[in-house]
Amino acid sequence: MLRQASRLLARAPILAARARPFSTDLPAAQSADATFTEAWAKVIPNMDPPKTPLSFMQPRPPTPSSIPSKLTVNFVLPYSSELATKEVDMVIVPATTGQMGVLPGHVATIAELKPGVLSVHEGTEVTKYFVSSGFVFIHANSFADIIAVEAVPLDQLDANLVQKGLADFTSKLSSGTTDLEKAEAQIGIDVHSALNSALTG
Amino acid sequence: MAMAALRREGRRFAPLISPRPITAVRSSPIAPSHEDEGPIGVRYISTQVVRNRMKSVKNIQKITKAMKMVAASKLRAVQTKAENSRGLWQPFTALLGDLPSVDVKKSVVVTISSDKGLCGGINSTSVKISKGIHKLNSGPEKETKYVILGEKAKAQLIRDSKKDIELIITELQKNPLNYTQVSVLADEILKNVEFDALRIVFNKFHSVVSFVPTVSTVLSPEIVEREAESGGKLGDLDNYEVEGGETKGEILQNLAEFQFSCVMFNAVLENACSEQGARMSAMDSSSRNAGDMLDRLTLTYNRTRQASITTELIEIISGASALEG
Repeated sequence: MLRQASRLLARAPILAARARPFSTDLPAAQSADATFTEAWAKVIPNMDPPKTPLSFMQPRPPTPSSIPSKLTVNFVLPYSSELATKEVDMVIVPATTGQMGVLPGHVATIAELKPGVLSVHEGTEVTKYFVSSGFVFIHANSFADIIAVEAVPLDQLDANLVQKGLADFTSKLSSGTTDLEKAEAQIGIDVHSALNSALTG
Repeated sequence: MAMAALRREGRRFAPLISPRPITAVRSSPIAPSHEDEGPIGVRYISTQVVRNRMKSVKNIQKITKAMKMVAASKLRAVQTKAENSRGLWQPFTALLGDLPSVDVKKSVVVTISSDKGLCGGINSTSVKISKGIHKLNSGPEKETKYVILGEKAKAQLIRDSKKDIELIITELQKNPLNYTQVSVLADEILKNVEFDALRIVFNKFHSVVSFVPTVSTVLSPEIVEREAESGGKLGDLDNYEVEGGETKGEILQNLAEFQFSCVMFNAVLENACSEQGARMSAMDSSSRNAGDMLDRLTLTYNRTRQASITTELIEIISGASALEG
């Protein structure tokens, strides 16, 4: 019983001391959805309501009246956050309509990405990644969220394998019978030709 | 000394008490029999019984300590992945907001749980929250269905909500978790289940001792349009231009599917972390309990052993003194 008491006592200071356990997960100042908590309390009074993602996120700043000088970019992948709230001058994203340049003060947009090269311009340095596909959200407050499934820096691409893959998928397209096979082969061709032009262009 | 006095008393009543206990003790001084009788009906537990119990408790302690080590190493592996995936769902919540109290006709609760047990109370918590959400969203013309990931939630929910279960998926962690696997899973769910809102229930990992039950809501594109038109939290969505030749509806469809797979990936990783953390603390308290039990049994064993030695000595001495005088 004493052990339980000591564990309970230890838990409170532990949680307080670890109020910022991970830098990626700061609890935001705003509370969770009030209507949800009230509705929960009415139906299930004995249990605490579950938390919602809003309580785990930093709130975004509101739209400023004048155009800010820098664009804040979040570039996330399933396996890592490549760029987290990094201030840059410009990013060029491979949207489905072509390469789209994003500057601070860009109009709010939702765009889907196609396989292509993403370049981040910060002062004089340019970092290029090849992204497979994803989405980009540009918010009115000069925040850009780029969510991609896969992204590799260009120097990690092997030109020979790209050529081989392109040849493979072209042959699969011609030999494919069902619509599904043909669609998969077409996707492969699209990605590999984009890879090719990324390496050469 | 008190025992010696008792012994003398016993000897006076010797004709009444059967001589069996004395001869039994004399004939087997080294290995006491199962049921030892001391002076006038005081019974001791045999040391053999206590020794067996001590051996099994010690083995249990070793096993639980090993399980704790294994859980700790697995936790380290999954924790980095989970932390890295935390950035994945934040852009979606920033764009589309979070509307857990949205009023929809068809909601689907995706409950994420573990396949293996001995992990504390996290699976029961997830199931309780899922049932709570089911109750919250019940009403006329509203229905809530379950999609279950993991054996433990399946066992609990199949008992009373069997007709509401749409899909059951188990053996998620046979191979290390990766995005491809989760996106295939998300695809299956999206193909087979009709929904207006998907509510994903999982345990978010805060630290090794703290797991917070969380519910993430993913809305279908039609509901997103409806909420955007009616204003409120999603009212700003109309301000966003949509690039590309596709219509807004198609983009929202792709967006909803992508959001679901991203949120699922993060949820599955967080739940895996919580499972290992809960198992660590469960096994830790279990080995500590086993240690306590072992201490108590050791005391009992020593008491029993000393008592039987004392009994023998008294026997011998009183026998010797009876012979002398």
